[in-house]
Amino acid sequence: MTGAVTLIVATLVLGAGTFAFRVAGPVLRSRVELSPRAEKLMAVSAVVLLAALVATSALLEGHEFAGFARPAGVAVGGVLAWRKAPFVVVVLAAAGTAAGLRLLGVP
Amino acid sequence: MRSIWRTLDRDLARDIALVCLADALVGASFGAIAVSSGFPLWLPMLISVVVFAGAAQFMFIGLIASGGNPVAAVVAGLLVNARHIPFGFAVGDALGDRPLGRIAGAHLMIDESVAFAMAQRDGERRRAAYWACGIGLFVCWNIGVVGGAFGGTAITDTDVFGLDAAFPAVLLALVLPSLKDKTTRLAALTGVLIALAATPFLPAGLPVLMALAGVLVAVLGSRDGTNTRRDTAEEPA
Repeated sequence: MTGAVTLIVATLVLGAGTFAFRVAGPVLRSRVELSPRAEKLMAVSAVVLLAALVATSALLEGHEFAGFARPAGVAVGGVLAWRKAPFVVVVLAAAGTAAGLRLLGVP
Repeated sequence: MRSIWRTLDRDLARDIALVCLADALVGASFGAIAVSSGFPLWLPMLISVVVFAGAAQFMFIGLIASGGNPVAAVVAGLLVNARHIPFGFAVGDALGDRPLGRIAGAHLMIDESVAFAMAQRDGERRRAAYWACGIGLFVCWNIGVVGGAFGGTAITDTDVFGLDAAFPAVLLALVLPSLKDKTTRLAALTGVLIALAATPFLPAGLPVLMALAGVLVAVLGSRDGTNTRRDTAEEPA
């Protein structure tokens, strides 16, 4: 097993790097005046990233297909959200569908 | 700070609380998995406070536990977390102007706090949603990790509860209103296809970043047409 010092150093480096990523945008943003068009593109970027996260985390586990239960749950949640169901219903239905399908033996 | 809680209405607070609860369970599984992989009790807690990013944390301990090089684990974690750069540009204004607030706020930047902020219409609600979700998740996530680390193997497989489906559903529900805009929808769809196509070939984190190429659709779109569309949209009815 990796030594304690190595683990601490690795954790701190990962933490510092992650923080640098997180703080870059807010700090740089405050230094320059952004055009409405740039603002809009940044908002679109965030939506694109979140959508890609939804798709990859719904369908894939690592490099492989995550099985049917998870995407089915997300799809049920998605339809409910689209039909303007309350957020709580969306999330519980997504989790419940995936959990229920697994109970029935669906991977 | 006080204005955050005043702006936060009951529905938004409830939605955020639900996500916090779900993430606390995932945090518990993180603590349990780390300890049952043979790591000391304090490691999952240290990682969760210092890194505070679920996907990167699981990847980090997973790689080291399976005998991977710690340097490779750090690089893999950083790759997964690189999406925070564009996130920071998008929600940077929600963090406020004070340097200390910006530092604290930046550390609370995660998929959920970004998504909750982006889903709000006006600036004040955006700020309130960002901070409430960020603080709530930081507290719940870390409590969950401590519980999981001490509680042992009570919760290691959150898939049984379908929590793996809850996370994408949360983001999907929050992102859906933004997809009403045609340009954004096209950009997102393009990005999704790119990310899915790239996943089998690239290390975790990169496919999602590659989805940003989808934004080009919006760039081209706004060059010819979006401006006119925006003008019509803002005309009084």
